[in-house]
Amino acid sequence: MSGPSRTRIIRTDYLARVEGEGAMYVKLDAGGVSEVKLRLYEPPRFFEAFLRGRSFTEVPDITARICGICPIAYQMSSARAVENACGVRIDDGPIRDLRRLVYCGEWIESHSLHVYMLHAPDFLGYSSAIEMARDHREIVEQGLEMKKAGNALVAQIGGREVHPINVRVGGFYRAPTRAELRALIDPLERAREIALATVRWTSTLPFPDVELEPEHVALADPDRYPIDRGRIVSDRGLDIEPGEFDEHFVEEHVEHSTALHARLRERGSYLTGPLARYSLGSGVLCPLAREAAAAAGLGATCRNPFQSIVVRAVELVHAADEALALIDAYEQPDASAVEVQPRRAVGHGATEAPRGMLYHRYEIDDDGTILDARIVPPTSQNQRAIEEDLRAVVERSLELSDEELTLRCEQAIRNHDPCISCSTHFLDLTVDRDRARTGPNPQ
Amino acid sequence: MDDRIKKTLAVWKFASCDGCQLSVLDLEDELLALAEQLEIAYFIEASSTAVAGPYDVSLVEGSITTLHDVERIRAIRASSRTLITIGACATAGGIQALRNFADVEEFTRVVYASPDYISTLATSTPISTHVMVDFELNGCPINKHQLLEVISAHLNRRRPRVRAHSVCVECKRRGTVCVMVARGTACLGPVTHAGCGAICPAYNRGCYGCYGPKETPNTASLDAWSGLEQRDLVRVYRTFNAGADAFKQASEGHERT
Repeated sequence: MSGPSRTRIIRTDYLARVEGEGAMYVKLDAGGVSEVKLRLYEPPRFFEAFLRGRSFTEVPDITARICGICPIAYQMSSARAVENACGVRIDDGPIRDLRRLVYCGEWIESHSLHVYMLHAPDFLGYSSAIEMARDHREIVEQGLEMKKAGNALVAQIGGREVHPINVRVGGFYRAPTRAELRALIDPLERAREIALATVRWTSTLPFPDVELEPEHVALADPDRYPIDRGRIVSDRGLDIEPGEFDEHFVEEHVEHSTALHARLRERGSYLTGPLARYSLGSGVLCPLAREAAAAAGLGATCRNPFQSIVVRAVELVHAADEALALIDAYEQPDASAVEVQPRRAVGHGATEAPRGMLYHRYEIDDDGTILDARIVPPTSQNQRAIEEDLRAVVERSLELSDEELTLRCEQAIRNHDPCISCSTHFLDLTVDRDRARTGPNPQ
Repeated sequence: MDDRIKKTLAVWKFASCDGCQLSVLDLEDELLALAEQLEIAYFIEASSTAVAGPYDVSLVEGSITTLHDVERIRAIRASSRTLITIGACATAGGIQALRNFADVEEFTRVVYASPDYISTLATSTPISTHVMVDFELNGCPINKHQLLEVISAHLNRRRPRVRAHSVCVECKRRGTVCVMVARGTACLGPVTHAGCGAICPAYNRGCYGCYGPKETPNTASLDAWSGLEQRDLVRVYRTFNAGADAFKQASEGHERT
């Protein structure tokens, strides 16, 4: 920047390559960053309100529609919460394995989409994967091939990729045959190879040197990488059952966002998602994923959000590897679901969506009618941490031009793969520097 | 093909889950070929480059729920030669049209601690309520292969081969035994628009109507056969296509009785 800088405003009114509608606004003045807003302006859709009065059996189909990218996450968290209310536990056996398997498919589909189509273009200087494909066709094609394998897995078990129809409270409407799953081995083996190549490739990308210190929150599941269940833990001592969520977390409504902001009552903002999962659970990754992470130079924890692309690639290795192991061990169960009888109670469920922890709570009546619903998606939990992240990134990058800084800020947001459609019940980014009065004013 | 003579495609989003526009990116085998055939000029979820209109084909996802969006869809219509709505939100108002049967202020209070910060319309309406639509593709979510057919038909100036018959026909073609006849499972297949490939009955469950009403649906006859109670009949028609005329009339009829 030339001349003494007064106010600079860095803003993007419609963030690209994120899911849903959000904007960014950063204001800089002589004292540094004075304001950071991640504004989510996606119009609200009121899921929690219209779930009231519905039947408990309808919840997985309805909540799937919150997000077209991670419907399985919504189906899994909601099914677990309803089962919890009804006193049913599905913590092992073939139904749980099938749930993990279809969830692995969603992680593969969603992470492939983010790594190759939304995030990688930032590092290589393209506006989209389609533009990137003109110079790097093979790279984009392998990303699409891996994504397709994840989608094929979701579609085989779930019936289709988007808004699967086969998930129900208690399990599934129909369990796949062994032969149906074995047909997925070839594409998943290929996906695992591509995932390993993706770890190697992403680890060579240029990363700004940033280490951030948000509290990491993720599920913890003994001996298994957290996906479909677990206690809620953090790197600062939190260790609770999902049923204790309200005692430790609070959601707030802020004016600039249609997504509620969640925070820890005692310590404020926190981060959920791949960085948190990896940092808390790298020890229980499958050996292949652990080796790939070590070879890529990742330690046991990762605090550089720009490196989340490498962490997602490591999780891709894990998801493909675990899916193959689950298919190998699969025997078609006699019953595809356990019976769930409604009762008047409150239930809680938390699972790891690709973007982070997804918490649901339902109060149901004796006849199974939903009396009250609460849904806390990962992006609304991360909003505050993303804003703090933006602030830290801007403070380290003041020498950049407005154009470069805007791009850096957008990248800082995309690092977290925010899903705005999910969180709205939520995103908008602008950078406001009190800029040199002589400079062009983007407004 | 020379960039200057490629037709342009734009993808727009209103209130929705993003699942239907994601279907474009889910065309893993066709996406790069599609991008060679036409210029993807505006698709903010996939690209940070936005080429100014007018556009040859606009795909519109989502329903209209804010005053700002009413203005936005008019501007999009004005800059689009062909406008195609994709999915139940854009063609019928989506699941968020459940507010049309309720008090939206009450809804806002249930979800948001400070309702004053929220500006929204009392209704969720399909795109066709606001502007002329050239083609509506049903489904929650849409079928990506049908989407490809619709895009290619419009590029080639022919009618899309998208059948308006019921899901029942798809079950017969797939060879699925009727779940209603054989097992007594309630099923909306007889009144629901084809397009999904009759997935649900193939997975041992009844159709739940996510593709909306077929042409000339006889909901009254089906409901008499279904064995469901009135309350459940209201629920089955009030999901992702609750605002579609035939389903709306059916649910309101059952609510009155």
